[in-house]
Amino acid sequence: MFRNVAELVELAESQGKKISQIMIEQEMQVTGRTREQVIGMMDKNLEVMEKAIERGLNGVHSHSGLTGGDAVLLQEYIKKGNFLSGEIILDAVSKAVATNEVNAAMGTICATPTAGSAGVVPGTLFAVKNKINPTREQMIDFLFVSGAFGFVVANNASISGAAGGCQAEVGSAAGMAAAAIVEIAGGTPSQSAEAMAITLKNMLGLVCDPVAGLVEVPCVKRNAMGAANAMIAADMALAGITSRIPCDEVIDAMYKIGLSMPVGLRETAQGGLAATPTGRELEAKIFGISLDVKKK
Amino acid sequence: MKYKSVFDIIGPIMIGPSSSHTAGAARIGRMARNLFNREPKWAEISFYGSFAKTYKGHGTDVAIVGGLLDFDTFDERIIHALDLANEKEMKITFIEEDALTDHPNTARVRIGDDNGELELVGISIGGGKIEIIELNGFELKLSGHHPAILVVHEDRFGAIANVANILAKHQINIGHMDVSRKEKGKMALMTIEVDQNIEQAVLDEITALPNITKVTKIVD
Repeated sequence: MFRNVAELVELAESQGKKISQIMIEQEMQVTGRTREQVIGMMDKNLEVMEKAIERGLNGVHSHSGLTGGDAVLLQEYIKKGNFLSGEIILDAVSKAVATNEVNAAMGTICATPTAGSAGVVPGTLFAVKNKINPTREQMIDFLFVSGAFGFVVANNASISGAAGGCQAEVGSAAGMAAAAIVEIAGGTPSQSAEAMAITLKNMLGLVCDPVAGLVEVPCVKRNAMGAANAMIAADMALAGITSRIPCDEVIDAMYKIGLSMPVGLRETAQGGLAATPTGRELEAKIFGISLDVKKK
Repeated sequence: MKYKSVFDIIGPIMIGPSSSHTAGAARIGRMARNLFNREPKWAEISFYGSFAKTYKGHGTDVAIVGGLLDFDTFDERIIHALDLANEKEMKITFIEEDALTDHPNTARVRIGDDNGELELVGISIGGGKIEIIELNGFELKLSGHHPAILVVHEDRFGAIANVANILAKHQINIGHMDVSRKEKGKMALMTIEVDQNIEQAVLDEITALPNITKVTKIVD
């Protein structure tokens, strides 16, 4: 069983296998399930992701009214063709947003690695799909690569916003996605690790400060930027750029930053954006609490 | 390693908005119901840390009650769990605790009916994964790194040996075992961590033993 990214990359490269294959084989070994069963389970997750994106792109709004409709706005903007960044990046962003808008509306999603960060992995996958035209099997493999890197983070650091801040959720998700984009685009296992490291380095320190404690503001837009970050880091790694700090050390740094993060910035809705005047006003409006009482 | 399966990371399929505060909460509620073996008539649920501060926004209250109603993380009935519990005349009380706990996402669940009560403490460690750290006042010393079962039994001679024999028969190795009781001859609890995955058939075989009240797989 691989315990860190270095071992994962070593396992893959020494056997001439892809990261996705290493993850599938480990899953078979740990659970005693057959290859068909393991792949079938992941296929089901992929189906849920696809449906959530579809639903979000048709327009969905949360009960609080804080989020919804942005995925549609972005798709309409892309269709006009006057965008500045890039079509695949914006497509990934809109699909990440679509997923998290569905999540905020208490719709059905697949946690990757968490619900609050569920948009990044499927968002990038379904955007890259239009460029690469992968087979269904390659798309399923994308999720196994994401899972392999997420597995390392979960066991060596954290994937919980309450424990490690948003860096542990959207940060992890973006790193997982970047590594998977590299493999589906034909990159090597070590390039996947570089992409994960580059992404995560740019997510370090990100706090979890949801307004009113809802997984909406700023979570939906953080998934948007997580997707963009993952796309660019994957391109950088595929270009041959490496991280001076190895991936495992970046993960360890993330863990230690999480430990030193104040409680008010770890999913308690007490600090950061949640504690801004507007954040507080929205909270009072949503839960029907008078602001005077709240201030006492 | 606490996370053993790729599906702990890619998954679960669930109703939003939070894997730790919604899916994890549903799983804590469902574990309580499963250990209680029936639908409770009342529930008193205490939230600590991040759970206490944000449970309304995350639907933690709805989800944990959904779990008590035996709903899985992806069951859309979770959204209406409070109404459904109300229809069944299940009396629910929520308590926001100020006390600091070791883990930021902690819930204490007390449930019961005319025939008994059960109390457990669960923590939601991220991505929908949970751990039960206390049951009926017994502290559960689970590493979370290996599959584990809980055996609620009557404190009688031979009960522990019988369980160990069945595991041995199926070539399942015990890595760690903890036995605790409140009073001599009353309810007692075995917490057993094993090296291999335990099939349902083995659990059924243990359940059929004399003096065994309930067997539950608590860690996969």
